[in-house]
Amino acid sequence: MPKRQDIKKILVIGSGPIVIGQAAEFDYSGTQACQSLKEEGYEVILINSNPATIMTDTDMADRVYIEPLTVSFVSKIIRKERPDGMLATLGGQTALNLAIDLDRTGILDELNVQLLGTNLESIDKAEDREKFRALMLEIGEPVPESDIVTSLEEAKHFVEKIGYPVIIRPAFTLGGTGGGIVENEEELNVIVENGLKQSPVHQVLIERSIAGFKEIEYEVMRDANDGAISVCHMENIDPVGIHTGDSIVTAPCQTLTDRDIQRLRSVSLKIVRALKIEGGCNVQLALDPNSDNYYIIEVNPRVSRSSALASKATGYPIAKVAAKIAAGYHLDEIKNAVTGSTYASFEPSLDYVVTKIPRWPFDKFDAANRKLGTQMKATGEVLALGRTFEESILKAVRSLETDTMHLHLKESEELSTDELMAKIQKADDRRLFFIAELMRRGSSIEDIWKPTKINRFFLMKIENIIKMEQHLKTAKNDLDTLYKAKRMGFSDSIIADIWGASERDIYTLRKDNGMIPVYKMVDTCSGEFESETPYYYSTYEEENESITSNKESVLVLGSGPIRIGQGVEFDYATVHTVWGIKEKGYEAIIINNNPETVSTDFSISDKLYVEPLTIEDVMHVVDLEKPKGVIVQFGGQTAINLAEELSNRGVQILGTSLDAMDQAEDRDRFEQLLLNLNIDRPAGKTAFSIEGAIDIANSLGYPVLVRPSYVLGGRAMEIVYRQEELERYMKNAVKINPDHPVLIDRYLVGTEIEVDAISDGETVYIPGIMEHIERAGVHSGDSIAVYPPQSLSVELKDKIIETTIKLARGLKIVGLLNIQFVIHQNNVYVIEVNPRASRTVPFISKITGVPMAKLATYVILGETLEGLGYKTGAHPEPEREVSVKVPVFSFAKLRSVDITLGPEMKSTGEVMGRDITLEKALYKGLIASGMSIPLHGSVLFTIADHDKEESLPLIKRFYDIGYNLLATEGTARFIREHQIPVTTVNKIDGDAPNMLDVIRHGEAQFIVNTLTRGKRPARDGFRIRRESVENGVVCLTSLDTVEALLRVLESLAFSAESMPTFAKV
Amino acid sequence: MSKQQLILENGTVFVGEQLGSSNGMKGEVVFNTGMTGYQEIMTDPSYFGQIVVLTYPLIGNYGINRSDFESKAPFISGLVVREAQDVPSHWRSEQSLDAFLKSYDIPAIQGIDTRKLTKMIREYGTLRGKICSMDVDASEVVKELNKWELPTHQVSQVTTKMSYTSPGQGRRIVLVDFGMKKGILRECVRRGFDITVVPATTGAEEILNLQPDGVILSNGPGDPKSVPDAIQMVRELLGKTPIFGICLGHQLLALACGANTEKMRFGHRGSNHPVKDLETGQFMLTSQNHGYTVDEKSLELTQLSVTHLAINDQTIEGLKHRDYPAFSVQFHPEASPGPEDSNPLFDKFQQMIEQTKKAGVQFA
Repeated sequence: MPKRQDIKKILVIGSGPIVIGQAAEFDYSGTQACQSLKEEGYEVILINSNPATIMTDTDMADRVYIEPLTVSFVSKIIRKERPDGMLATLGGQTALNLAIDLDRTGILDELNVQLLGTNLESIDKAEDREKFRALMLEIGEPVPESDIVTSLEEAKHFVEKIGYPVIIRPAFTLGGTGGGIVENEEELNVIVENGLKQSPVHQVLIERSIAGFKEIEYEVMRDANDGAISVCHMENIDPVGIHTGDSIVTAPCQTLTDRDIQRLRSVSLKIVRALKIEGGCNVQLALDPNSDNYYIIEVNPRVSRSSALASKATGYPIAKVAAKIAAGYHLDEIKNAVTGSTYASFEPSLDYVVTKIPRWPFDKFDAANRKLGTQMKATGEVLALGRTFEESILKAVRSLETDTMHLHLKESEELSTDELMAKIQKADDRRLFFIAELMRRGSSIEDIWKPTKINRFFLMKIENIIKMEQHLKTAKNDLDTLYKAKRMGFSDSIIADIWGASERDIYTLRKDNGMIPVYKMVDTCSGEFESETPYYYSTYEEENESITSNKESVLVLGSGPIRIGQGVEFDYATVHTVWGIKEKGYEAIIINNNPETVSTDFSISDKLYVEPLTIEDVMHVVDLEKPKGVIVQFGGQTAINLAEELSNRGVQILGTSLDAMDQAEDRDRFEQLLLNLNIDRPAGKTAFSIEGAIDIANSLGYPVLVRPSYVLGGRAMEIVYRQEELERYMKNAVKINPDHPVLIDRYLVGTEIEVDAISDGETVYIPGIMEHIERAGVHSGDSIAVYPPQSLSVELKDKIIETTIKLARGLKIVGLLNIQFVIHQNNVYVIEVNPRASRTVPFISKITGVPMAKLATYVILGETLEGLGYKTGAHPEPEREVSVKVPVFSFAKLRSVDITLGPEMKSTGEVMGRDITLEKALYKGLIASGMSIPLHGSVLFTIADHDKEESLPLIKRFYDIGYNLLATEGTARFIREHQIPVTTVNKIDGDAPNMLDVIRHGEAQFIVNTLTRGKRPARDGFRIRRESVENGVVCLTSLDTVEALLRVLESLAFSAESMPTFAKV
Repeated sequence: MSKQQLILENGTVFVGEQLGSSNGMKGEVVFNTGMTGYQEIMTDPSYFGQIVVLTYPLIGNYGINRSDFESKAPFISGLVVREAQDVPSHWRSEQSLDAFLKSYDIPAIQGIDTRKLTKMIREYGTLRGKICSMDVDASEVVKELNKWELPTHQVSQVTTKMSYTSPGQGRRIVLVDFGMKKGILRECVRRGFDITVVPATTGAEEILNLQPDGVILSNGPGDPKSVPDAIQMVRELLGKTPIFGICLGHQLLALACGANTEKMRFGHRGSNHPVKDLETGQFMLTSQNHGYTVDEKSLELTQLSVTHLAINDQTIEGLKHRDYPAFSVQFHPEASPGPEDSNPLFDKFQQMIEQTKKAGVQFA
C-alpha cells in the first residue's frame, strides 16, 4: 500500500535529554524519522526538550517545539497544531510513555489524532510483564518460569517443578537487595528466608535462572501487511545477566548454527506478528549453550539503541524505514537507500565482523560501583568493523579512548592472578582486559570459561591476540609477523611497545614496505549487488574500494563515544560542519566510531569512515584521501588531542592554528597573552610536582582550584580549601609529572559567564552571552545557563564583549571560540578559553538563529565574516524572551556516586526552557529536566555551617510561600533562632522519624543539602544525597539552584502574609 | 601452515593458506552470501562440481555436526573462506571444518580477500577456477582452465542410484532425486507422507506405476537442459498427478511446459533473497541456490503463470500450471540453510493433493 493520504500533518515526539539508557541513538532515529516523513510530503511537527540535537534544528521539521515532554505541554501543542497523526515509537521509552499518558487523557480521541506505527494496545502487551507472558504462553513461546511466593515451602514446590538454578528477587526492595542466584536447597533456604524478611510485603519472586545462556538479539521490522524481516542478529559476548547496553556485542551472531539462527529468527518474527508491531522492534532471547532450549527475555516495541547499532552495523536504516511503515508503506515498496536497486524487504548480509563496546563513566566517577548487571551504566558506545573478530574488537578497544590502544590495562598488571580471577567472577567494565591479562599469565580457556561462561569461541579469539603479542616478542622487526599482527588489528603503538620502537617508526616501516590498509564498503549485501554507499572500514587485504574523487576534500574528525563531558552537542557541531563543507563545494569526509549518532549516518557526509580516532587510523585515511586539511575544532577534546601529531606529520589543520590552540591551553603562554592584552584572570600557576603545588597554593591563598592540564569536562578538577586536601588530591586524583602538570588557580567566588563567539581572525561575532545560575566552581556543563543574562550591567557586558574580541584577535581564532568568565567584585576575570566548538553551540545557535557551526566552517574554509554579513560585535538580545539550559543527571543509574555539584562535570544531558520571563523559562526547564514542582509541601534542610547565613533568606522564602520546613538538629536550631517555625528531624542514625524515614516515605518534596567542605563526602551528607536520588526526591546541593527554584515557586504561588498591624499611635 | 592458491580462468591468482586437502581440483567458482549454513551448503548436491566462496569471513565457528547434513557427503569441489576457525565451539559440534574437508579430500583455501573475489564474480560472472598447492605453475593452470568445458551431466552423479522408501501414514509421494537436499525429504516426513525416492532417470510410467498422490521434483546441480529425459518425464506426468518442483525441479517443469531457461551471470546464492508472492501480495525471505532461471518471455506460449517474483531483480521465482495441478518455485522452501518463511509451500502441496483427490482426477 502506498503512503496514507488521509494524513497530512504528523507530530513526532522526541526522547528528551540524554540520560544513561537513552542517548544519542534517538537523535539519530528522530532525525531519520523527520527527514523520512518530510520526504513523503507530510507536514512534520516535532517536539523535544533537548536543544543539543540535530533533530531539534529548525529545518528538521516544518515546526520545531523545544518544550517539556509532559502531558500538559504536549497537549497544548496538539491543540495548537491539530496534527492528524502522532509518531511516538522513535523517541525511546520517553515518547512511548508520553503517548500512553496522552491517550489516557482522551485528547487524542477528542482531536482525532491517530497514533501511527505500532498501536498502544500492542505496546502495552509488549511492555506489561504479565500481559507479555500471557501472550507468549498463548503463542507457545517459552519465557523463564516464575512465580511469586510467600513462604519457603512454596519456593521449594516451585523448584521441584523446574529445578535449579533459580533467581530470587524480594519484592519492593531497592535494587533487588536480599536476592540472588540459588544453586541448591541449602542456598534456597537461606536466600528465600532472608528475601522474605527483607521484603516489606513478605514476597519474593522466584524465577528459573538463565544466567550463562547466550544472549541473542534480533532487530526485526514488520509492516501493516504482515510483511516481516529480521534486519540483524547480534550476540552478546557476555552471557545473560548483564544489560545489553552494558554488554560487549558482536554482529552477526558468531556461535550459532544456521538452524539456531533460523529458529530464533522465526520465533522473533512470530512474536512481532503476534504483537502486530508496525515498525521496528527488538527481541531479546536467551539460548542454552548446551541444548536447543531458548527463552524469550523481552521485546522493545520501538526503535532502540540496539536498532541504531544494527543500522550502523548493517547499513540498513531502521528508523527511516520504520517511519515509512508508520506512513503506510509496506516493506517491499520502500527502496533500499544503500544499493539503490534493492528494497527494504530484504535482510542484510554482512561480510565483516562488528563489535560494539560500551563506554562507561567510571573514569569520571571513581567512587561508582563498577559492577555490571541489569541496570545499565554506560553513557555511550563505540562501533568497529573488521574482517576478523580480533581486528574488530581491537579496533573497538582503540575507539574507546580510555588510555589504552590494546587489550591491556596498566592497572591489571598490578593485580595478582588470584585477584584477577576474583575480579572476573562478576563482570565490571574492565573484565575484558582482566581476561587478557590472565591469559598473558597463562590461564587457559577453561580457567576463564568456568567463572565467566563467556563462550569459548570468544575466549579463543582473545587468546589469539595474546599469542600474537608473544609471537611479536620473538620476532622483532620481522615483516611477515608485522603483517600478521596488523591483519589481526594490532595498533602500531602496541607493536612499538613490544618492539621497543616508537609508534611512528612502525608506521614508517610499514609504509616503506607497502603494508597499508585497504577500505571495504558496507553495502548490506556482501558484495552481491553494486552499491554506492560511501561507508567504509579499514582492513588489511588486497582490494581497496574507497576510490578518491578529483574533488578537493576536507576531513572532519568526530567526537567518538558519548561520555560525560563530551556529549551529543559535539556530534551536532560535527554534522553541521560536514553540511557546511558540502555547501562550499568540497567533499566532506568524516571519521567517527559512535554508532548512536547522526554523524555516522552514511547519508550525512560524502564519505564516512567508521574507524578509531587514533593518530594511526586517522593518518591512514589522510594518506588515502589527501584532503586539503583536517578540521578538529568540532569534535571535542578527542579531535583536539590529535591536532598536534597530525600537524607534525604534515597535515594541514584548518581554522585556528595549532599554535593558537597551544597558546590557549599552555598555562604560561596563556598568561603571557593575557598580560599582553591587559586581561585579568584569577592568579594561578602550573605545578610540576607535589611540593611545587603546595608552594603555589600557599602563595595564592586558599581556596584554590586544581586540575590537570588538557582535559575536558572538568575531569579531576577540585576546589581545595586546605593544604591537607591539596596533598590528598595530588596523591590520589592526578598523576603529576613534568609531562602532566597540574594547574592551580585562585578560586574566585562570583557569577560565571560563558560566551560563544565566531571569529575569522579579524571580525569577531558574538552570538550570545550566557549567565550561569550556579556560581563559579560548579562546572559550566552542570550549571543552569540563562540567555540573555539577567543580572549583568551594561558596563560588564561591554567589558565581556570587548575582552572576547581582544582574545579572539589575540589568538587569531579562525572558527569557534568559547570563553568562561567569572564576575568577582564587579570585575571580569577570564577563567578559561576554549578555541573550539563548545557544549553550548547548539543551544545558542537555536535560540539566536545564528548558524554558528556553519558560519565557523565557512570561515575556516576561507570566507570572511564580513563577507557573510556579520560585523564585529554581539548579536542583539531579545527583549521579551528568556531561555535556560538545564542540566540533566543520571545519578539514579550510578550507585555510590555523589551528586554534589562541583568543578567536575557530572551531567549526561540537557534540556531547554524558553518563555517570556526567567521564572517561566526556569519552570519549563526544571520540569523538562524531570523535576516536579508542587506548589506546597515540605522542604528538608541540612546546611553546612559556612552556608547557614547565606541560606537564611532562602529558608524564609520557602516559609513565606507556605512550605513546611524540616531540618536536622543544627540547621533547625539555626532556623529557630531566626524565629522561623521548623520541625526537627533526627539524623540518619537517630531514632525514628529520622531523615531516612522522611526521604523514603516521600515526606519532603525537596531536600537542600550543602557540602561540608572539600570533596571527601561527609558520610551522612553523602547518604542523604544518595537516598534522595534513589527515592526520586529532588536534592539540591547549590544554594544558587535553590534560589532559582524559589523564583519559580514564588511566581507560581501567591504569598500568604497577614495584614500589617496598625502602627501604634 | 602451508600455502595454497586459487587460480582463475582470467589469470587472477589468490594466494592463501591451505585448508582441507592440497589435492588440486577444478570447479565453477560461485559465491554464497549466507552468514551461516556452511555445512548445509557444502553438502547440498546442487553445488556439485563448484568451488564455493563464502562471503561471511569467519567460517567453521560452530564446527560440523551430524544433524545438519543435506546429503551423506559434501559435493563441492572446493571451498574458499577468509578465515576458518580451528577449534569450533558448539554443543553439537563433532569435527572441525578443516578435518571434515580433509576427510573428503576437498581442497580449500583461507586467508584471501574473499570480498575482492566475490566482486570479481559479480562483474565477470561465474569463473572457472582451481584450488591447488603452490608447486603448480599458475600459467599452465590458466590455460587448462580456459580449455576446460564445465561439466554438463552433474545430475547423474548426484542422484540416488536406486529408489528407496520412507514409509509414512499419509499420502503417497514420489520424490524424484536430481540431487535432492535432505531437507526436502525431512519436510515430507514431517507431513507424514509415504515417500518413495527415485533416481533422476526414472521414467513417467515407472513413477505412475507407484500410484503416487503427488510428485516432487527436487533441486539439483547444473543446466536443466542437460537432463532432457527428465523434462520428457515431467511432460508425461503433467495432469496425471500433482507436481511440485523445487529449484532444478522448477526449471524442469518450465521446460516441460514449453518455456525456456537461461544461464544467469552469477546466479542467486544466499539466505536473504526476498520473493513476492503475487497471489497474496506478501513477500518472504528465501534461501536460494541457482545459476539458471526461467526466461519470462518464453512463458507467453505456455500454460504457465508466474506466482512468485524476485523483488531485487524481478526474475521468475515461482510458476503454476493453469490447467493442471502443478506448481514450482525457484527457491528452497525446505530452507536449511536459510529462513523458514516459505515452508508453508509444502502445506500448499499437501492441500493440492487433497483437492485433486476430492476432484477425483483419474489416472490416464
